[in-house]
Amino acid sequence: MKKFLDNRNTLGLMFMLPAGVLLLVFLTYPLGLGTWLGFTDAKIGRPGQWVGLENYEFLWGDSVTRLALFNTLFYTVVASVLKFFLGLWLAILLNERIPFKSFFRAAILLPYIVPTALSAIAFWWMFDAQFSVISWVLTRMGWIHGYIDFLGDPWNARFSVIAANVWRGVPFVAITLLAGLQTISPTLYEAAAIDGATGWQRFWHVTLPLLTPIIAVVMTFSVLFTFTDFQLIYVITRGGPLNATHLMATLSFQRAISGGALGEGAAIAIAMVPFLLAAIMFSYFGLQRRAWQQGGSDK
Amino acid sequence: MSKMKRREFLKVTAGVAAGAAAPMIWVKDAHAQWNNKPEKGAKLRVLRWSRFVQGDIDQYMKNVQAFSAKYGIEVRVDNEGWEDVRPKAAVAANTGAGPDIILSTHDDANMYPEKLVDVTDLATYLGKKYGGWYPVCEAYLRPNGKNWIGIPLGCAGNTLVYRESHVKAAGFSSFPRDTDGFLKLMKALKEKGTPGGFALGNATGDGNVWTHWLIWAFGASLVDKANKVVINSPETIKALEYAKELYATFVPGTLSWLDPNNNKAFLDGQVSCTPNGISIYYAAKTSQDPKLKEMAGDINHANMPIGPAGVPTELNLFFNQMIFKYSKYPKAAKEFIRFMMEQEQYGPWMQAAIGYVTHPLVAYEKNPIWTVDPKHTPYRDSMKIMRPIGYAGRMGYASAGAAADFIVVNMVAEAASGSKSPKEAAERAQKRAERYYKV
Repeated sequence: MKKFLDNRNTLGLMFMLPAGVLLLVFLTYPLGLGTWLGFTDAKIGRPGQWVGLENYEFLWGDSVTRLALFNTLFYTVVASVLKFFLGLWLAILLNERIPFKSFFRAAILLPYIVPTALSAIAFWWMFDAQFSVISWVLTRMGWIHGYIDFLGDPWNARFSVIAANVWRGVPFVAITLLAGLQTISPTLYEAAAIDGATGWQRFWHVTLPLLTPIIAVVMTFSVLFTFTDFQLIYVITRGGPLNATHLMATLSFQRAISGGALGEGAAIAIAMVPFLLAAIMFSYFGLQRRAWQQGGSDK
Repeated sequence: MSKMKRREFLKVTAGVAAGAAAPMIWVKDAHAQWNNKPEKGAKLRVLRWSRFVQGDIDQYMKNVQAFSAKYGIEVRVDNEGWEDVRPKAAVAANTGAGPDIILSTHDDANMYPEKLVDVTDLATYLGKKYGGWYPVCEAYLRPNGKNWIGIPLGCAGNTLVYRESHVKAAGFSSFPRDTDGFLKLMKALKEKGTPGGFALGNATGDGNVWTHWLIWAFGASLVDKANKVVINSPETIKALEYAKELYATFVPGTLSWLDPNNNKAFLDGQVSCTPNGISIYYAAKTSQDPKLKEMAGDINHANMPIGPAGVPTELNLFFNQMIFKYSKYPKAAKEFIRFMMEQEQYGPWMQAAIGYVTHPLVAYEKNPIWTVDPKHTPYRDSMKIMRPIGYAGRMGYASAGAAADFIVVNMVAEAASGSKSPKEAAERAQKRAERYYKV
């Protein structure tokens, strides 16, 4: 037994075992089961039979699924871009010497700390067709004469839920980028200043290149979270109006759980995987593994 | 009763309570026999939908305590939002573990009938004792015409909730009974600046309820008796053209409305007519706000208008009670449901919720809650005149899936808002429904 425990390989394997089991049980198995269900006509309470690609063939021709795919891509791209620029801007501001810096750094995390369901309910009220505080203020100021139909018009609704997502997601991007900014040595900025670099040049040639690895990580996570968003939509619109805000995740839930079509719902969920993989690959190969980060130079 | 003050309200509820304390209001078959002995040491878990009105859960829990005291059986009751009960019930059915009894909605029981305890004996006993079940109960819970797969609890009736003074100001001395008259009223309300509003977002309850009424009122339906999808029909087109005219009379924003929106808008005085349960009236009547109390006096209810189909075509939120086969205590579970459905418990429960849940047993029509306030009366017939959600076909995965996917709601919303022509909307609904009904 002692000999067995003295073996480094055996010990390593033993220490890895709990993590391996956790991954197998809570990640690999559900993913495998979801993939399997996507090829069956399983219903809730019934195992279902193998139907091959039938679910995917139907979904490809299904107008609601195609709309949900468009909505998801639009939602992800617009929200992620906005979150990146706003987050970067906030991070740079908070990295400067400003009064009450610690307070602002803590306060900025608030939207991220509030439970999503609660903030979603707040946005639901703010965007309400009859009780919107935004419309109320604008009406009082005389800027508009009728309440804005934030959630009743398809495009208004899309931008409204994007606004809610951006509000919630910006702190994560800002704080992570701020941590990245603080790892950049001040000597680099001093050297740049001595060389006569302008503020923009310092940002472009010092800050941005050194921040890129962090940007890659934070935006990968941000894109993944946004693409798989569920709670905001479920609380604010349930996918309406006219399915204009249905995302793949909400549609998958609607079909699989509310509607009982487990196989079809699983197929929608699995159809998200290639897009998520593409986002990860782009981040990994496009941003993280740049030659200059490993001591070489970009060609 | 135009205005009801607190003292008057207490008087009438006291009267109702006295009625409830009286002997049985009707026992059709006094010889209805029930022999059941709960298992020794039984414990029960019940999952039910969260109350829509406070009186419901207060009295329900009193009845539960009375059951525990009488039988020595501990009962744990969990509450979930009604839309969350369906997935939980489905998971329970799928995994074979969970609450012994689940109170769910619409056609849930039809999705996994083989997982449920046969309750034919209990349904027969209750039916015999209380004058029989309304036909819609059998459509939902006796799918093969022989065995009962659950016990009906009732339904959350929907009527048109309206402001009497606004209807009169619009030139109508009484609420119209047919769809033509109703459209005229809605146009007049709009002109007077007191419009109505119906939910057209993905509102599981309110959206499905009124849009199904609409298409059925014009003689259309999603499927025929053989479960063949027939929604793309001339009757549907007429219903959608009507919806377009009706939508033009609504307050702005109804395309985004979910289930709570119309309650909020009505109680705020922004909407003067909307389809809903009695919860709006209940909220106004029991409010401490003098404005809402005054509004309660002006609120009235009318059954949904009758369309060219010539008969009532209402859809209401049906409630079932299911016992799962994995339960270790099926006899105790049956006893619990029997106890809760008996006059001594069911009557006071109806009263506490001022009729939010309409009874499924004919004898309970005579419960004084339906006549103590004339504004309650339209809800009395909600079970009698309603159709099942899968009308005119059979219920099961297809009907549940089609309703959950908002096929009818989306079709009406598309046509009403003008984002699609009635023909395009009906064609799209036909294709979507065919997937569920596997053509």
